[in-house]
Amino acid sequence: MSNIVFERVSRQFQRDGLQFPALEDVSFEVRDREFVAIVGPSGCGKTTCLRMAAGLEFPSNGNVRVAGQTVTRPGPDRSVVFQQFALFPWKTVYQNIEFGLRGKGMAQAQRRERVTRHIELMGLQGYDSAYPHQLSGGMQQRVAIARSYVLDPGVLLMDEPFGALDAQTRTVMQEELIRLSRVNPRTVLFITHAVDEAVYLADRVVVLTRRPGRIREIVDVAAVRRTENWDRHERIEEVMEQPSFVHLRTGIWRLLREQQQPARL
Amino acid sequence: MTQAVLSRREFFRLTAAGFLGFFGVWAVLAASGLVQTLFLPSPLEVAGKFFELTQKPFVGYTLQQHLLSSFGRFAMGFGLAVVIGIPLGLLMGWFRWLDRIVTPLFDALRFVAPIAWVPFAALWFGTGIGGPVLIIFSGAFPPCVINAYRGARYVEVRYIEAAQTLGAGHWRIITEVLLPGSIPSIVAGLRVSAGLGWQSLIGAELIVASSGIGYLMVKGQSNLSTSTVMSGMIAIGIVGFAIDLLLRALEARIERRGG
Repeated sequence: MSNIVFERVSRQFQRDGLQFPALEDVSFEVRDREFVAIVGPSGCGKTTCLRMAAGLEFPSNGNVRVAGQTVTRPGPDRSVVFQQFALFPWKTVYQNIEFGLRGKGMAQAQRRERVTRHIELMGLQGYDSAYPHQLSGGMQQRVAIARSYVLDPGVLLMDEPFGALDAQTRTVMQEELIRLSRVNPRTVLFITHAVDEAVYLADRVVVLTRRPGRIREIVDVAAVRRTENWDRHERIEEVMEQPSFVHLRTGIWRLLREQQQPARL
Repeated sequence: MTQAVLSRREFFRLTAAGFLGFFGVWAVLAASGLVQTLFLPSPLEVAGKFFELTQKPFVGYTLQQHLLSSFGRFAMGFGLAVVIGIPLGLLMGWFRWLDRIVTPLFDALRFVAPIAWVPFAALWFGTGIGGPVLIIFSGAFPPCVINAYRGARYVEVRYIEAAQTLGAGHWRIITEVLLPGSIPSIVAGLRVSAGLGWQSLIGAELIVASSGIGYLMVKGQSNLSTSTVMSGMIAIGIVGFAIDLLLRALEARIERRGG
């Protein structure tokens, strides 16, 4: 079972000898095979949450556990999809996707089979030997997702993965991610600042306050999705038209709006 | 003033003008009788000597053989600097403790000019191949280390983090992330390194060798044959230029591939 538990997590940063808090007393759980999105104003520490689950940063107080183990370092059981893709520019698409598998002591034939399957799954056929800079942003992010999925990780951590994409590509990728998580459900922690993306993708949405980030509310989307049967719609815009969707989205918007600093005139 | 791009033809014309001007002034000075021929042989005399040296052995070998012997030493010293310097630089870029240990020592030692090692080179190796190789190495080594180190330090953090989250350990991060990520910096370092190595070589051979271009020049000097010395200088320039061209081509190729 792969779950993520944040237990009374706080994080302070130090700058110029001053301490300032980034996150304060954050507790929540991403249950096994649950898709949780964190939304919040910029600088509220949502990326910090993800990096702590990844083992790239550590809490100042409290505890982050993945599958029952306190996180002490990065590892392939918690794959990360970064906003800026972070594909290795000196490796081909195939080599990028294969990178994590090579550390698993897997026979070459088996590796090849798995890489090829994920290349097909993400619609990257024919691009095996292309280099990242030869691909569009959308294609690059497909490679990055394939590179994570191929490891069959217990936990998938996605840090604004579609933030750098144009609107159309973004929509396609969101639909693909939904499709992927139906075929192959994972425990996902997903960071975004786009509210409709969060509502469309997630089972639950964690809303953080302005810095220092605290939990404002945790919104249950899965229950609504089930009773309103959003899944009968194939396209994202059809789901977004549903009154139930609009209602949830507006609710979260309000929570975020009250976090806004009044504009200085 | 805006800098216009020169056409190829213009470029060659200007280069040729530079050389012609240089040799022209030299020829005029030599012909004017203001300077004794011993102090400044004429270009023609040097050209004649150069040709003669390629045909007739001087102090045992022809000019080509001297060059070859110099180049062999250069290749050894430079090769050693590359093989030790680049891995060391990458390791220093990754392991902070190694950085702490090596950097202060290295920063002090690299200001010791290669030629300052000559007494020890002579003492330890006599006129054997070890002396020149040591001196070339001491010239070529620092740029290899520094550029590999800087390259590794400036590899973007997101690539390192991506590798870590994909389960890569120290070895794979160094060989598959830091090394390829620092190639542009390393190749730039190789150019500097080769230049310094080649320069130090001549210095080394002036003192601790019994063949090679530097040796040829010392012997030319003691025979009061300044045209021989100048022929040596020209040969050094040509080979140095050729080495640099080669590495520059390598650099351009890597830049193109990096896209």
